[in-house]
Amino acid sequence: MIDDRSPRVIGASARAVVTLFAAAALVMAAAPEYAFAQARASLPRLADGTPDLQGNWSNGTMTPIVRPAGVGPVLTPEQVEALEQGRQDFISEDYLDSDPDRGAPPAGGELTGDPIFDAATGGTGGYNQFFVDAGDNIAVYNGEYRSSLIVHPADGRRPAYSAFGEERLAERLAFNRQFNEYDNPENRPLAERCIMSFGSNGGPPMLPNYFYNNNYTIVQTPDHIMIMTEMVHDTRIIRMGEPRRLPEHIRPWMGDSWGHWSGDTLVIETTNLHPEQVLMGMSNATFYPSEKIRVIERLTRVDESTINYEFTIQDPIFTDEIRGEVPFNRLDGLLYEYACHEGNYALENVLRGARAEEARERNENVPERR
Amino acid sequence: MRRSGELLLPVTLLALTASLVAAPLSAQSGAVPRTAAGHPDMNGIWQALGNAHWDIEPHTARPALAMQPGPVIPVPADEVLSLGAVASVPSGYGVVEGGEIPYTPEALATRDENRAEWLERDPEIKCYLPGVPRATYMPFPFQIFQSDQRVAIAYEYAAAVRDIYLEDPGEAQVDSWMGQSFGRWEGDTFVVRVDGFNGESWLDRAGNFTGYGTTITERYTMLGPDHIMYEAEVQNPETFTRPWTIRMPLYRNIDPNARLGQFKCVEFVEELLYGEFRKHPIRRGGGR
Repeated sequence: MIDDRSPRVIGASARAVVTLFAAAALVMAAAPEYAFAQARASLPRLADGTPDLQGNWSNGTMTPIVRPAGVGPVLTPEQVEALEQGRQDFISEDYLDSDPDRGAPPAGGELTGDPIFDAATGGTGGYNQFFVDAGDNIAVYNGEYRSSLIVHPADGRRPAYSAFGEERLAERLAFNRQFNEYDNPENRPLAERCIMSFGSNGGPPMLPNYFYNNNYTIVQTPDHIMIMTEMVHDTRIIRMGEPRRLPEHIRPWMGDSWGHWSGDTLVIETTNLHPEQVLMGMSNATFYPSEKIRVIERLTRVDESTINYEFTIQDPIFTDEIRGEVPFNRLDGLLYEYACHEGNYALENVLRGARAEEARERNENVPERR
Repeated sequence: MRRSGELLLPVTLLALTASLVAAPLSAQSGAVPRTAAGHPDMNGIWQALGNAHWDIEPHTARPALAMQPGPVIPVPADEVLSLGAVASVPSGYGVVEGGEIPYTPEALATRDENRAEWLERDPEIKCYLPGVPRATYMPFPFQIFQSDQRVAIAYEYAAAVRDIYLEDPGEAQVDSWMGQSFGRWEGDTFVVRVDGFNGESWLDRAGNFTGYGTTITERYTMLGPDHIMYEAEVQNPETFTRPWTIRMPLYRNIDPNARLGQFKCVEFVEELLYGEFRKHPIRRGGGR
């Protein structure tokens, strides 16, 4: 059995329950109080009696991984309405026809204020909303509007690095300093190389990328749970039963995952993550896990259209564990094939661009950049 | 050769039906595991044996796929020379019913060009998704996940994956490497229609291909607990003079510790694809 709930964490849960009750008065006035219990009793189940987690799901949401400064863990309906309306306005504006008489955008593009959209060159027309499906709603979890996906530490932020973590980070930064970021394909981010999704859709933990394709397909058998991630068609195969761990040096990108049922909750424990894996991407909590990381995920189907997804990250690079809660909402649609590598013109052109820039700086015969 | 193959086809089919499908099923049907709904249970790790991944047609062993002229006879091309016998092609008796693929003359010319330009053109060299049916007989295992509600197949090679819809999703909305799969049970055979391909994938390392607009009809029939007879009918009137079929047994990996390995391979071909764009390229004067 996996016991990832230290006394301190149980204390935190108790406080969360109090918060939930307080919030319930505000945000759940319309929801019958017996809704959860009733829904769980009538959950779809497989022939072996386990809750049916199968189907297509999305964890796309506006709620960021890390809690923004100045807000509590739970948002008010008024705050939610303002945020969601703001997103709709942003989308509507982007769908407007462009002014045919507009001039060239400034170098770097016209920033929109949405950091992820801007980073994806939305400001220069690289992507527009046709391509984007970032998640237009604030995450609702156990009836609460959540301001962050991280729920522990209580401030919703990544805990501080331990001495071990600082040492690891310093080593990595020292290694990286040997290169400029455009020198080699290996110096580029995993997503740009089409090795893993940007963000950490595959994870674990499986988190939204705040851009598009936050979609999953789950197929469930008594022996295995297969979770297919739309981004970069990453497929997690979770073996059920007593773990027979891979040797220490065999480290698949998404680790070695074993599952068991704890009541109606699927518990997945993952070790052996790849040393170059990056977790909690698309947030300012991004980190490189150490070889000692252990990730525990709990999937509970709470109603016809929702899986409650909890994760716990235990890595001695941090002074505390990280826990989070993310709703997976049923997706009424099919997933597409995300054949990233096969169409990866970006990586070649990013590197070519850097070489052209260097040649220009050497005053070679390369046209001036406009 | 081809003509006699066509004449033999009904006889061959009859013989195969009798020897490979009907007889084992009647002899072993009790041994086929079943799902709660009573369908044959194909859950597990499977792999094709043999050399279809080199060339699905009958072929003799040869020194390499990439060759160059030699003073007496052709010799392995520089690009593969240092691999010696590791790059040599083992013989195979073929998995194409009737022996030869019924290409149109134009398509046959393209196949021959593909074969000559193997290093440039084979999607496998670049770690591109394998398509169907090539994914089935790549020299890697694959895993079938089957419940009575869903079926998916994950392939070790390139982390390819297919969600096989059990309700007809209609026409594919976009073209893709792995196509759109719709599966249904015909008795104890799982029949999967695959279409919506982008036409880029190959059938083997020998340049065989299907082209844009292909429909593949796969048939998975369990012969016993550890064997599936796999058939894939290939239809594309632009490329072939008639529909044709490949057929091969698939074997279960019965090792209780068996599991798919990870062979994303994207990271393994970066030097090949992007090495020349490094700040300090490793190779000097060599092209791709």
